[in-house]
Amino acid sequence: MAARLRWRKFVSNFMLTLTGVCAFVSVAVLFFILGYLLFNGGTSINWDFFTKLPKPVGETGGGMANAIVGSAKLLAAASLFGVPIGFFGGMYLAEFSGAKMAGVVRYAADLLNGVPSIVIGIFAFSMVVRPFKTFSTLAGAFALGLMMIPITLRSTEEFLNGVPRMLREGAMALGASKWKTIATVIVPAAYRGILTAILLALARVAGEAAPLLFTAFGNRYWSQGWNQPTAALPEMIFRYAGSPYEDWHRQAWAAGLVLLGFILIINILARTILARGIAAPRS
Amino acid sequence: MQGAGPISGSRSFLSKLCEGDEIARLVTFIFAATVVLITVALVYELWISSALPRHKFGLHFFVSEAWDPVTDEFGALPFIYGTLVTSTVSLLIAIPLGIGASIFLAELAPPRISDTLQFFIDLLAAVPSVIYGLLGIFIVVPLMRDVIYPALNKPFGFLPIFKGPSYGVGVLTAGIVLAIMVIPYIISVSREVLLSVPRDQREAALALGSTRWESTWKVVVPFARTGIMGSVFLALARALGETMAVTMVIGNTPKIAASLFAPGYSIAAVIANEFTEATGELYTQSLIALGLVLFLLTFILNGLARILIIVTTQKGSKVSS
Amino acid sequence: MQGSPNQGISVNVAATAASGTRENIGTLPMRMKISKVNFYYGSKQILFDISMGIADKRVTALIGPSGCGKSTLLRTLNRMHETVTSSRLEGEIVLDQQNILAQDVTALRRRVGMVFQRPNPFPKSIFDNVAYGPKINGMKGAISEIVERSLRHAALWEEVKDHLHKSAYELSGGQQQRLCIARALAVEPEVLLLDEPCSALDPISTAKIEELLVELKSLTTIAIVTHNMQQAARVSDFTAFLLTGQMIEFNPTPLLFTTPGDPRTEAYITGRFG
Repeated sequence: MAARLRWRKFVSNFMLTLTGVCAFVSVAVLFFILGYLLFNGGTSINWDFFTKLPKPVGETGGGMANAIVGSAKLLAAASLFGVPIGFFGGMYLAEFSGAKMAGVVRYAADLLNGVPSIVIGIFAFSMVVRPFKTFSTLAGAFALGLMMIPITLRSTEEFLNGVPRMLREGAMALGASKWKTIATVIVPAAYRGILTAILLALARVAGEAAPLLFTAFGNRYWSQGWNQPTAALPEMIFRYAGSPYEDWHRQAWAAGLVLLGFILIINILARTILARGIAAPRS
Repeated sequence: MQGAGPISGSRSFLSKLCEGDEIARLVTFIFAATVVLITVALVYELWISSALPRHKFGLHFFVSEAWDPVTDEFGALPFIYGTLVTSTVSLLIAIPLGIGASIFLAELAPPRISDTLQFFIDLLAAVPSVIYGLLGIFIVVPLMRDVIYPALNKPFGFLPIFKGPSYGVGVLTAGIVLAIMVIPYIISVSREVLLSVPRDQREAALALGSTRWESTWKVVVPFARTGIMGSVFLALARALGETMAVTMVIGNTPKIAASLFAPGYSIAAVIANEFTEATGELYTQSLIALGLVLFLLTFILNGLARILIIVTTQKGSKVSS
Repeated sequence: MQGSPNQGISVNVAATAASGTRENIGTLPMRMKISKVNFYYGSKQILFDISMGIADKRVTALIGPSGCGKSTLLRTLNRMHETVTSSRLEGEIVLDQQNILAQDVTALRRRVGMVFQRPNPFPKSIFDNVAYGPKINGMKGAISEIVERSLRHAALWEEVKDHLHKSAYELSGGQQQRLCIARALAVEPEVLLLDEPCSALDPISTAKIEELLVELKSLTTIAIVTHNMQQAARVSDFTAFLLTGQMIEFNPTPLLFTTPGDPRTEAYITGRFG
């Protein structure tokens, strides 16, 4: 009997150690990625990267200034499109809607959330590129904005609902109308959670290349206005990494570092705002 | 909340409209309705824009191996195959690792360490696909060529799945990269589901003289079984739709091959690579049809996943009668 | 007649010497002995200098108001307190002359079983629930026989014998608790600990389980925590009364309930507090 028990204890310790190894390996991947990017990207980053345009194919040097600006424009426009829809839509769910309509809207949002990003790109192509007969920042922003809607909507609903009844009733008891209550009491109480969700949505779409492939398409020069094709960081990484040019590989690493740095900073920012004790409702 | 109905006829719709609340309700309703409209439009658009191949090929589309823009023959099989194989490979790697890690985080690690590690894993989930692709090209591909391929092909090359040469890129490479991308999802959901298992399940097992592993593996994990399955479905849904990383390492060859080392193609990858170069309506619409297939696959999986996860977390609160 | 309860069992022996018909705890074999146990959660002390014995093949009840530490004490007997990392135990607990704190905990827990406050069957069939313990411990003999025997001991066999492969969750609360008792009995423990086993149950199920306990003591030594004094009086042979982590009195049940040795005991059992 003692032998069997010894074996069981051995198995127990062995398997539990193994799970620790699994956890360690999983987390180590993150640090490995970061390390590799820092090393390869860090050595490639220079002032040129941020300020110069890409050089013609085959020539070394140049930078990704247009891609950086392009990404910024895309994200700004995507937010302008996606955030209000998500925010006010979520507000409708939390404050005004009946159960049936709410179910429909939520279902639609979840559905939209699960659509693969390449399919979103197809949709944006049909809706924007085809009618305007050109690839454009607008089309890219449309695609990215679509991806921001579900996260924004669900989080807005969640955090608005999470505001304690007392706050709500206190304002209404003072004679505030519903929309005034929402605007002056409820939203301010919930803004942290909602802002966090928006930041996370932004970080997510900032890295997306697939929906841009046939909307923003890419551009080796500056993109003027909103109706021309534009370069974006993720898209450039894709093109450069797959190319046969060493110098382009180097620049892809640099771009990867900048992009990931941006995304991680936003993530950490968002998660630490969240961690600083907002009334985060447990759904 | 609702207006008092037709009896309050003294307040006409217009006068109510002038009141802030009605405006607010209307405005927010419009935004919410927009979401529904967009979603409907998306599905509709996918459907009508893939009509040509549907009419020309019918169901044959799904079993045809052809992909020839010149003769206008298009079939989805190589891409469905590639998508499924890469996803399966990724799950085979990610599930044991992911569940193992989640067990560690939920059962063994002290809460602070568990939360910190979970934080890092959430960051992993935030890394964009292109960057995984970057690492795939410059790390996994050489690794495959120089280490993994020789290690598997020399001893096991007689097996169909390990036969043939390797160019570094291929279905197995894509599967490995996908596995890394998908692990965080399995870990996060499984961890949460394991943490929701009532304490006294574990204690009952221990009180019967179980070792810690036995109580975890034979009682706690089975209790959370449904939710863990949900996490796997979620991971699978993610893997199916992954575009950039797969495109960069799969080899982009629309052929079905038995060997894991062979290059292949996934639905998302072929759309990404060929959409802008598609000449002719049938070509473009065939790609869109592939997009529709992908959409349906992920739609079903996500739906199943959600049901499974809800069922488990409800079970935890129901059982302690 | 004021027993100074912390000076060990001998004082109580003196107190009961006069009561000829009552059991003399001094001559009974002790299955478990608890000596000078102090228990802490972090820096907070929960149990103060507890000493008592668990008599072999008898039912010992731990009573006291909520928060007095009776469940905590019970859980030290199979070292379940170790599932909480901040817990700390000082003192000695002995099972059959061996200090349980020096033993392997997995082996100990097979010998000292536990039934919990709320029924907690595993998400398995009725059969597999009872078979779990014997299977992992590699017990000899046909599993199905062990299962049937345990279910009979728990007075559940007749009700479930045709449904052994149904899920345990289809049983009623009272049945689930008897299933948990059967599950615990299946590994043939020397001591069975029950932590308020009836507090989540209806009166009929409670009565069934109380009957059961009286019969079970011929099989295994029993220690039960209960907040229901009448239950303790009905079911147990010995009762220990705890108050804010201290053992106030430990005596044969009839003695404690009719002529309590300590005024605090008297106050509790007459319902003046708790």
